[in-house]
Amino acid sequence: MMDVLLPRTLEEALEMKAERPEAVPIAGGTDLMVELNFDRRRPEAMVDVSRLPELRAWRREDGWMFLGAGVTYARIQRELKDVRALVQASRSVGSPQIRNRGTVGGNLGTASPAGDALPVLAVHDAEIELAAAGDRRRRVRWDAFLLGVKRTALEPDELILGARWQVLNGPQSFSKIGTRNAMVISVAGLCLALDPRTRTVRVALGSVAPTVVRAPDAEAYAAQALERAGVWDEPAPLPEAEIEGIAELVVAAASPIDDVRGTAAYRRHALGVLARRALGWALDERAEEALVG
Amino acid sequence: MLIRVNVNGEWREADAWPGESLLFVLREELGLPGSKNACEQGECGSCSVWLDGELVCSCLVLAAQAHEREVRTVEGLADGDRLHPVQEAFLEAGAVQCGFCTPGLVVAVTDLLEHDPSPDELTVREALSGNLCRCTGYEKILDAVEVAARRKREGVW
Repeated sequence: MMDVLLPRTLEEALEMKAERPEAVPIAGGTDLMVELNFDRRRPEAMVDVSRLPELRAWRREDGWMFLGAGVTYARIQRELKDVRALVQASRSVGSPQIRNRGTVGGNLGTASPAGDALPVLAVHDAEIELAAAGDRRRRVRWDAFLLGVKRTALEPDELILGARWQVLNGPQSFSKIGTRNAMVISVAGLCLALDPRTRTVRVALGSVAPTVVRAPDAEAYAAQALERAGVWDEPAPLPEAEIEGIAELVVAAASPIDDVRGTAAYRRHALGVLARRALGWALDERAEEALVG
Repeated sequence: MLIRVNVNGEWREADAWPGESLLFVLREELGLPGSKNACEQGECGSCSVWLDGELVCSCLVLAAQAHEREVRTVEGLADGDRLHPVQEAFLEAGAVQCGFCTPGLVVAVTDLLEHDPSPDELTVREALSGNLCRCTGYEKILDAVEVAARRKREGVW
């Protein structure tokens, strides 16, 4: 026997989770339904969170962004155009049909290292907001939430409310490598952001370790390299050797495996390519900003 | 569990097993086999329908999630014996070979053109990236989109 619970509000959903902690949340179904269709999983109960208005909201306040767990990739593309890396990641998720259903909360709950939104959350040092009945709320940083392949810090009676982060205003991008241009699970993914305010560079990697990871050595080296080249003060090209140095440190942050989608060696190679491209775009964008500004 | 869904403008009820997909309910319980069952993992698009106006793979919608909501399927496109202009365009362009992917593609093309009657080729290819066809090589499908788009712009539909 299997039960499907259909709460109308977050409060109702949390009470149901308190009573039936084994109930698996389902939103867009783009991960869970595959498991059901292929008979790989038979949860005793499921709780449909796709109707909860609290999860379908996003808002911006005082330089902070809150993105509800139930916001779909299609809505991010339409409604959050200025969160550019997130829009780029959203565009690269599946097909139009998948983007109309798939949610960032699903990426978080499934905790696959190939979740396209996750490197973007990691670059922003996003906090994941969790809720349980009785008004219990907590925030967990992304790296304390994503614990391993398909493992998270979510307690059985909790639901993912969404993610919040401080908005970054500098150049940023998300890019990924896959076997074709659409409808592809990433073989390697990378999100890079420059933060001119703090003069820092942030890099997060997808599909190349058990969880999404940051590349702290590459970030520190890149910030210094940009300082040496004077990029923070006015647009300037970065010497080729510096770009190579950054790319090498990005690759060193990965611990990829061989699997059906690609070999570890190919993933390392791909990361180097992504790092060089992302740096190039960020520097070009900085130069354009300077021209306009 | 009893599920009430508005399908193509008509409220229908189905007694679904809670783990069933919307696709299964449409095909096996509501007598609407137009949406096809192929990959069951959202890769092929042959089960494409609209859920509350949004293009989705019905194999990835839990039937219970469609409770009290509106579903439009490929069966809702033709007007009696008169085919929908997108269906006509598929026939005229020879975009149908084995026909298995056709309902999903017709739905996806209709969705695209209802939002954007003048898509460029890249937009069309992107919009149809979730629909696989193993026969045509897609060229005639793209021709059909052009025919249907022209008629949309001419106000035929």
